[in-house]
Amino acid sequence: MNSLKLYAEYLSLHLRERMEYKKSFILELFGQFLVSFSLFLSIYFLFQRFHSVAGFSFSQVLISFSVVMMAFSLAEIFFRGFDLFPQMLGNGEFDRILVRPRNTVFLVICSKFQLNRLSRVLQAIVTLLYALPRCGIHWNPAKAGVLALMILCGTVVFGCLFVCGAAVAFFTIEGLEFINIFTDGAREFGSYPMAVYGKAILTFTTFVIPLACFQYWPMLWLMGESRNLLYALCPLFSLLFILPSLLLWKIGIRKYQSTGS
Amino acid sequence: MTNHNLSQYLTLFRLRFLAGLQYRAAALAGIATQFAWGGLLVLLYRAFYEADPSAFPMSLQSTCSYIWMQQAFLAIFMTWGMEGTPISLIRNGDVSYELCRPVDLYWMWFTRECAYRLAKAVLRCMPIILFAALLPTPYGLRIPGWSELGLFLLSGLLALFNIAALGMLINVSTFFTLDATGIRSLLTSAADFLSGGLVPLPFLPAGLGQVLAILPFAGMENTPLQMFNGELTGLAAVEALLLQLFWAVAMIAAGRLWMKKALGRVIAQGG
Repeated sequence: MNSLKLYAEYLSLHLRERMEYKKSFILELFGQFLVSFSLFLSIYFLFQRFHSVAGFSFSQVLISFSVVMMAFSLAEIFFRGFDLFPQMLGNGEFDRILVRPRNTVFLVICSKFQLNRLSRVLQAIVTLLYALPRCGIHWNPAKAGVLALMILCGTVVFGCLFVCGAAVAFFTIEGLEFINIFTDGAREFGSYPMAVYGKAILTFTTFVIPLACFQYWPMLWLMGESRNLLYALCPLFSLLFILPSLLLWKIGIRKYQSTGS
Repeated sequence: MTNHNLSQYLTLFRLRFLAGLQYRAAALAGIATQFAWGGLLVLLYRAFYEADPSAFPMSLQSTCSYIWMQQAFLAIFMTWGMEGTPISLIRNGDVSYELCRPVDLYWMWFTRECAYRLAKAVLRCMPIILFAALLPTPYGLRIPGWSELGLFLLSGLLALFNIAALGMLINVSTFFTLDATGIRSLLTSAADFLSGGLVPLPFLPAGLGQVLAILPFAGMENTPLQMFNGELTGLAAVEALLLQLFWAVAMIAAGRLWMKKALGRVIAQGG
């Protein structure tokens, strides 16, 4: 069986499992929607008061908000296995994965799909549809393509962050809370274009953890503030983040000792 | 409560508190996270301040002070960070063992929740407070007077009781639903927003602020923090304290009544 077929098999398995408890699933969808809705509300109320921040209007901030929310939620749906990885190490589940004849990263990805995040994706889509005509960007196919690229590359970057968080657990067994600043923190603070936080943070989120690469820089190009095509292609630059993440994972596996339970 | 009774709960409190103090590595990681989180929030509000200083409902220093104290005592203020054992006990049926103990179930869980949050906060607050006090003036922690500090401590304690009482309502609801994740995430995230966990309440529109000031949530976070900043003083502070007391008593009474009802029909999910 090739990997793609196996992946589809796992996905349908998880989907059918969730559908066994429909009511609970629907409640969770609703809960997830509200959790992120309060983040939207806080932005809304702040803009009732201030109208703009660092030169960005409400609708423009909403573009960043929905891109980051969508990317993060998609990453949670497809790469959530890594987020739960510390437990997998703790209870010895990972030993079972190591003896299977497939790539470990692939098998961890298949171990969990967080489907209740679908409602957040929906919320991001609704917010995006609201903001698209209001943010003063003249849309054309090229710009739509860049927007799609932002979401896609954002998903990959968040997925890599989950991999990093999981890899850290190889060294500490219990997960480290600090990684939250790059995952949950990135989701919260990424609602605003990174330039809002000043030069130092912008540089850090461009060259170290490439969050600004799929929101602030390409947004400048979308808004017509810059004609530099490099800015539009900046999301692709963020894909380089895959390399150090996988390297960390490889080093972690080499150090791995089972907890024995 | 008789004397013997009270010492029981004090012991329960001490046990949970001491257990909570053991997780030092986790605390270190937590402190680092909260530094970063607080710092980013300060930078965000600075950007809003630069956009329009006249629209700020409180001084920039008070806002930054609010943020740092919130981070320092996050373990107390975060509505979603519940202790969690009662819910799993109810779900897996082990609550029947708890019922065999010669203590009141409500006060036992209530005490544990308070001890859990307080231990976490004690481990984490000092480094954050020290660091924030050293930051340059508008961005750091405002050093309060004695009366403000006293008000903050008193109000903070009442906030802890309010949050624990809300947590107990969520725990008791598990007896009826068994699956608490939906209600829990719904209620805690709503409470987080309404208590000023995401945006300090003065930043919300005035009309909404007036409604929120009467609800129990403001007393879970916004009230003590505003007292620390000296934004809430005098008669208004006394009123706010009384309101906190009222809500604590009301939610505890409701929780106890509801739990009594729940225990009357409890079915242990065996196995």
